[in-house]
Amino acid sequence: MEALLASAIGLFTAVGIYLMLRLRTFPVILGLTFLSYAVNLFIFVSGRLAVNAAPIVGTTDTPADPLPQALVLTAIVISFGMTAVIMIMAIGGHLLAGHDRIDLDPRGDS
Amino acid sequence: MTPALIVALPFLGAILPALVIRAGRTACATATGVVTLLALILLALQAPAVLRGEVVQTRIDWLPQLRLDATFFLDGLGLMFAGLILGIGLLIILYARFYLAKSDPTSQFYTYLLLFQGAMLGIVLSDNILLLLIFWELTSLSSFLLIGYWKHLPEGRQGARMALAVTGGGGLAMIAGMLILGQIAGSYDLTAILLQKDAIQASPLYLPALLLILTGAFAKSAQFPFHFWLPHAMAAPTPVSAYLHSATMVKAGIFLMARLWPVLSGTVEWFVIVTFTGLVTMILAAKIAFYKDDLKALLAFSTVSHLGLITMLLGFGTVEAATVALFHVLTHATFKAALFMTAGIVDHEAHTRDLRRLGGLRRLMPVTFTIAAIASLSMAGIPPLNGFLSKEMMLEEAAHIGWPNPWLVGVLATLGALFSVAYSFRFLAHGFLGPVRDDYPHTPHDPGFGLWAAPALLATLVVVIGLMPNQAIGWLLNAAATATTGRAVFSSISHWHGLEAPALWMSLVAIGGGLVLLGSYPRLRALWDAAPRPEAKRLFDAVIEPLADGARNVTETLHNGRFGTALVFAVLTIAAISGLAFLSAPSQAPGTRIPLPVDPVILGLWLVLMLAALATPLLHRNRAVALILTGVVGLLIAPLFAYFSAPDLALTQLSVEVVTLLLMLLALNFLPKETPAESRLPRRLRDAAVAGVAGLGIGGLAYAVMTRAPAFDPISAFHWAQSKPGAGGTNAVNTIIVDFRGYDTFGEIIVLGIAALVIYALSEALLRSSTVTARLAALPRNREAGDRHPMMLVVATRLLLPMAMMVGVYIYLRGHNLPGGGFVAGLVFAIAFLMQYMASGYDWSHARQRYDHHVLIGLGVLVAALAGVGAWASGLPFLTSGYTYVHLEPLEEFELATAAIFDLGVFLCVLGAVLLALASLSRLALRTGELPNRAAHDLEETR
Repeated sequence: MEALLASAIGLFTAVGIYLMLRLRTFPVILGLTFLSYAVNLFIFVSGRLAVNAAPIVGTTDTPADPLPQALVLTAIVISFGMTAVIMIMAIGGHLLAGHDRIDLDPRGDS
Repeated sequence: MTPALIVALPFLGAILPALVIRAGRTACATATGVVTLLALILLALQAPAVLRGEVVQTRIDWLPQLRLDATFFLDGLGLMFAGLILGIGLLIILYARFYLAKSDPTSQFYTYLLLFQGAMLGIVLSDNILLLLIFWELTSLSSFLLIGYWKHLPEGRQGARMALAVTGGGGLAMIAGMLILGQIAGSYDLTAILLQKDAIQASPLYLPALLLILTGAFAKSAQFPFHFWLPHAMAAPTPVSAYLHSATMVKAGIFLMARLWPVLSGTVEWFVIVTFTGLVTMILAAKIAFYKDDLKALLAFSTVSHLGLITMLLGFGTVEAATVALFHVLTHATFKAALFMTAGIVDHEAHTRDLRRLGGLRRLMPVTFTIAAIASLSMAGIPPLNGFLSKEMMLEEAAHIGWPNPWLVGVLATLGALFSVAYSFRFLAHGFLGPVRDDYPHTPHDPGFGLWAAPALLATLVVVIGLMPNQAIGWLLNAAATATTGRAVFSSISHWHGLEAPALWMSLVAIGGGLVLLGSYPRLRALWDAAPRPEAKRLFDAVIEPLADGARNVTETLHNGRFGTALVFAVLTIAAISGLAFLSAPSQAPGTRIPLPVDPVILGLWLVLMLAALATPLLHRNRAVALILTGVVGLLIAPLFAYFSAPDLALTQLSVEVVTLLLMLLALNFLPKETPAESRLPRRLRDAAVAGVAGLGIGGLAYAVMTRAPAFDPISAFHWAQSKPGAGGTNAVNTIIVDFRGYDTFGEIIVLGIAALVIYALSEALLRSSTVTARLAALPRNREAGDRHPMMLVVATRLLLPMAMMVGVYIYLRGHNLPGGGFVAGLVFAIAFLMQYMASGYDWSHARQRYDHHVLIGLGVLVAALAGVGAWASGLPFLTSGYTYVHLEPLEEFELATAAIFDLGVFLCVLGAVLLALASLSRLALRTGELPNRAAHDLEETR
């Protein structure tokens, strides 16, 4: 099971980085989303995998580590905020510049 | 508390000038003056105790584990320097009020001045040396602001940069030296370090510590070879030069040498380095000063020379010499500050500071001339002024230094004094004596009282100290010297030491020689101009420019305007470093923790996840498809969380993913629907390779982590054990969020709120731009569905709304004990409302919205803060939660926790932030030419 999750985390990272290396805003934002998935999962599994051990007092004596879960929970919400901000920036850039390329024009004008 | 308060006052007061500047420049200066005066009064109140030999201390424990505590102490040495800083500071504030022009940003000046003053006081009153170092760097920073105050002058900016590079760089050496010193002494408290002379001098680390500390002190006090920055700092307004570059900041290095004198001095290394650095600086700078035509440049080099003199005295290592050094600190501050102010007055009135264009000012500016004459005669060491007293005592000490031979130091000191006489007389003779000219850039006359009051007071002090040294400052000097050297050696300071005192003859030689030099100035000047000499600024630039070029090259290679370049660099660097660490580890085998057995359902889930993820980069050019694939991945992560014992995460991931998808779909309206194929195959292969390396690395790392037991026991054992008894909830994840780490969560909801406000502000700004509105109106519209607000959807969402809200309330209420809580509840509410927007249109929904989204965000933060502040009422720290059990008939017993109030704040903030973000995007959509709907559901007429 550990190998399945590790491979998923690795693939999400790779997809995230590949998409972030594209030249337009939209794929870059999708890439960031993938990277967030990978990072959140990574932090989550750093508490080690456990089945049927939700950290709720009274239901188990060997709970899964609740701390990474708490960290990831807020991270998920914050990554929504981040995505939303970058999205409006991408929209603004597109509407102002007339294109959605992310690189500076080598000729100097945008 | 008093020493800490004295230091804190200028920092607190630094806000005042900005507040009162509307009331005028005089109000601004007065406010600054009042702050300084208050600090001075506090200091004076402590003076009697300090003069009795007591040490006033403040101790505020901050980080005892790092031995970083806010400890301050006030002894004789601190009293003398603090008095100097505040006393001269007051005069500078007065002088600057009349010196600065109306067009100068006065409030900025006074704010910088107070910051600098606070930093200086911090240096002289700190007990903890780490704290002292912070103040030390703060003086470098605040002096940078002051030197570059006239931002429009290139020499001001360059001078400020040079001063920062030299003194700040020296500060780094100082930090290293002080840390070594603290390690040797086993304490970072000066009071403790000062008791450990033997241990420090016996340590093999003594020499490196000494060299590093001296580098810092020499750089600050402009000692050779760091002397060059001070003349360039003269681009600052004259009040700054008078304050920083004669009386205070450049004395910081001297102060530190005096402060550490008890433990560092007395060794051969100390004697040789400090004495000869000071001696060389004194002679070299005095010689250069003699040939300078700019009044301020002359005074700047003369300051360097006098600082050299003081340094040399400290280097001698005898109690008498150190006492004289402190005496000269006082006398130099009085006459040099007065001289700088006079130079400023001349500049102000004649519109030039060039000695070649001046002369004859004696008749035109009698008051200024009187002040200048007293101060410059004192600088030359003419009896009975105070400069005479300290210079005489300096020569006497120098005459008794028998190393390397009986006369060398004495002769060289006399030579320095001789040049000093020469430039002092030149200042006076070429500036003020001689015939009145008719070609001044501006006809000078004495300024108003406000401008000459401060230097006149200082000149009076020069005379008073000169005539009655013991009554005027003997007490202060004794206290300072006792604090430094352990005993007071001069019961009285006198003018006449008898014919057999060598100093008398050395003095006479100096004065006679100085007059001869002045007499033959034209011929000497021709020789000086003909001789080649190194230009310090050019040497400095020759060192700095390659460094700056190198930095620029690196930056421009990495940040060449292509995001991909920077990212590839970053990824490969991280991969290389971690790959190296991986290969150099003793074993590369995976850990031995027993893996979980594979569940077929999860295997299926994993397969879909991997396929969707792999398909995304392959199909990404069709953006809608890519978005759906991303959504599939995000949504499928939720059951993964649920399976691996994280129900809270599953709920959150599910609801956030829905909201994110909605947001992205909405955003896609404004963006092209296709990504053009721009990169060629090699570039794509390169990117895939980089991404593959990163994926392999992270995947491998995750696998290595999961197959090993934690290296340390997780701290969450505490949270688990305390969840019920401490926080009153059984859901450990929720108790961590709202209770144990409530402070974090508080910060997070604020960040989320700010993110939403940023989105709102950006969309507002976009709507104001005519380019944007034109482009929005021109966006192609999809008319694939004529039914904009399908009846079925409208009815269904309206029925769903109360149910969804009930679910939200339920999730919120049970959150403390079972999966759920404010975050999820907020998202559920948000989705329910977003459905109304989608089904019935923005206008219709917006018209029915009673409360602003902004208000929800603000209310959320406020409620969470109140829940935190409430703990203060019970005398507990911020965000401490409490709970109790209540029994109300006919309900069962239930729990009431303050954490629930906090969670309510989280709920409100999340709800407001999500709605505001999406509503901002919707507002853009209204400009695309879409017709607002009036009724609950309508059909588009055009079809």
